Amino acid sequence: MENQAIKMQRKTDLNKGYFSQFGGRFVPETLMPVLDELEAVYNHYKDDKEFKQELKSLLADYSGRPTSLYYAEQLSKHYGGAKIYLKREDLNHTGAHKINNTLGQILLAIKMGKQRIIAETGAGQHGVATATVAARFNLDCEIYMGAEDMERQALNVYKMEMLGAKVTEVNSGTQTLKDATNEAIRDWVRNVEDTHYIIGSVVGPHPYPVMVRDFQRIIGDECKKQIIAKEGRLPDYILACVGGGSNAMGIFFPFVDDKEVKMIGVEASGKGIDSGKHAATLSAGRVGVLHGSKSFLLQDEDGQIIPAYSISAGLDYPGVGPEHSHLKSIDRVEYHSATDLEAVKAFKLLSEKEGIIPALESSHALSYLEKLAPQLSEDEIIVVNLSGRGDKDINNFKKIKEAEKNV
Amino acid sequence: MSKIAAQFKDKKALITYISGGDPSLEMTEKLIYRLQEEGVDIIEIGIPFSDPLADGPVIQEASQRALKNGCTLKKLIEMLTDIKDKVKVPIVLMGYYNSVLNYGEKEFVEAIKKAGVSGVIIPDLPVDEKADLAYYLKEAALDQILLVTPNTSDERLKEISNSSSGFLYCVALLGTTGDARGPYPQLESYLKRVRKTAGDIPLGLGFGIDGPEKVKKFIDYPDGVIIGSALIKAITAGETETEKLENAGEFVRNIKKVLANYK
Repeated sequence: MENQAIKMQRKTDLNKGYFSQFGGRFVPETLMPVLDELEAVYNHYKDDKEFKQELKSLLADYSGRPTSLYYAEQLSKHYGGAKIYLKREDLNHTGAHKINNTLGQILLAIKMGKQRIIAETGAGQHGVATATVAARFNLDCEIYMGAEDMERQALNVYKMEMLGAKVTEVNSGTQTLKDATNEAIRDWVRNVEDTHYIIGSVVGPHPYPVMVRDFQRIIGDECKKQIIAKEGRLPDYILACVGGGSNAMGIFFPFVDDKEVKMIGVEASGKGIDSGKHAATLSAGRVGVLHGSKSFLLQDEDGQIIPAYSISAGLDYPGVGPEHSHLKSIDRVEYHSATDLEAVKAFKLLSEKEGIIPALESSHALSYLEKLAPQLSEDEIIVVNLSGRGDKDINNFKKIKEAEKNV
Repeated sequence: MSKIAAQFKDKKALITYISGGDPSLEMTEKLIYRLQEEGVDIIEIGIPFSDPLADGPVIQEASQRALKNGCTLKKLIEMLTDIKDKVKVPIVLMGYYNSVLNYGEKEFVEAIKKAGVSGVIIPDLPVDEKADLAYYLKEAALDQILLVTPNTSDERLKEISNSSSGFLYCVALLGTTGDARGPYPQLESYLKRVRKTAGDIPLGLGFGIDGPEKVKKFIDYPDGVIIGSALIKAITAGETETEKLENAGEFVRNIKKVLANYK
């Protein structure tokens, strides 16, 4: 009779929205009709000429794409190994890659006739990117943000309010991104008829992980053309930081079939994995279900979600996109982690060597260069996805200074 | 007919929800006896979870109290196993899928069967994803109660009601548990539509049904009502254990009074 269970399992595997065993739709029934609607609308418009043109113009003229691929000569010299390129997503309007996705989703929300936009935010980058497009397209906007994150990222709270969004403080649970996501989902359940939920990462129920990845893959598509133009070949390594994992999926995805390109995702190990205060889901988690999909998850013996920790609010999430779990399980992408201190060191180094202040999130990817770049020869190429800029972290400078003392 | 479905025979059933381990498993045990004495037809017991995204503030807080005091799914099942001979009323476990997945689906079903549990409700496990758990539950002759909502299409309604056993949980509004706005403005046409598609399976109405007034107003349409947040509020308002138990008893008696007038 075990065979029967396996057969039924296979039926599940055939459902759309699975990356091998990861993904799916684990949500209250109330949301199933809107997920079906979103999937149908997305599948229709993703190949629609006019829609694609509209999105392309917005990405170009409103956000400033393509973002450059910059040869970081000074940083390369410093490490004395491989040639290091930075994919400059920090140059986007609103300062990070997040706007690639919010522009795409708001156009879909308009197609679905939704009047109201909600979103969760951790560092506030996705909240700002959502409030920005809601202002541009004149839709009501409410952003859920953990009370602790509101303190850590006060600048972004002011920005969202300036843009006309209502920022709702979340005091439940750990008061961070995980709880902001719970509240956004509850809001969506209550207001499902007129509201679209712009999820900010490659997480959540199907079709979000696929859709957000597709809106972010422009990073990798551009990068491929740019590196071929500059170097006449593909890079040897691509590095990206991973919280939920949208900037990483965006740059990795177009290279998945290029087997010669090694890809490394860098998670946040906070105060160290052994300390228990970290956000290294793929390195230290187990398979579970959170926020609508099955993926790796930080959880205790009883299946309770363990609060994540990182100096960077944008990586402070106990889950990870299901496609990353898949890429890990098939050994296509390697996942490592960087501590707060390692990230802060890389943050400082890039600022000093290249005059570019990176986001603390992106600094986790940069920090891996110290391990990798010196091992490689001068004719090898590394691309780092510089997913966002560090302005938002400046008001954290005191904390960063304190951390620095220990570097 | 399952033990759960039988509770709807010739009457409007009262189904009450309490959070397991809130604030302690000893209290949950006492509440089960009390609710049973007062004539509740089915008792739902919540598995505490850190991220209950279908629940409103009352059940979120109850869940947090339980976790803070060390309640786990394992301990909850052990308690139910210990008291199974004293419990005649059907027990339904309601919880989130991660708790079950983490326990092991097969192991979970075996353990709750031994504990005398009659069925489960997993609000974040829609019909599309229920395959493995459904298989083990069916093997163990336990009910899996599925949920429908006012925006569920006829096509899905059919699939869900065919797959649900014990009863069909009709969510009273587009919202989370304990939502004071409920029920849905077009409740009558919604439940008539469900009845037409679902066939003979009993219909339980829950989410935002907070007391005798709402029960009276809407009891014509379903076969039973499910009350959680409002009962927990009443229990929590009691300062001593005796007061809490008495509040639960009084709450149930007031609802039963209304239900006694209907068949």
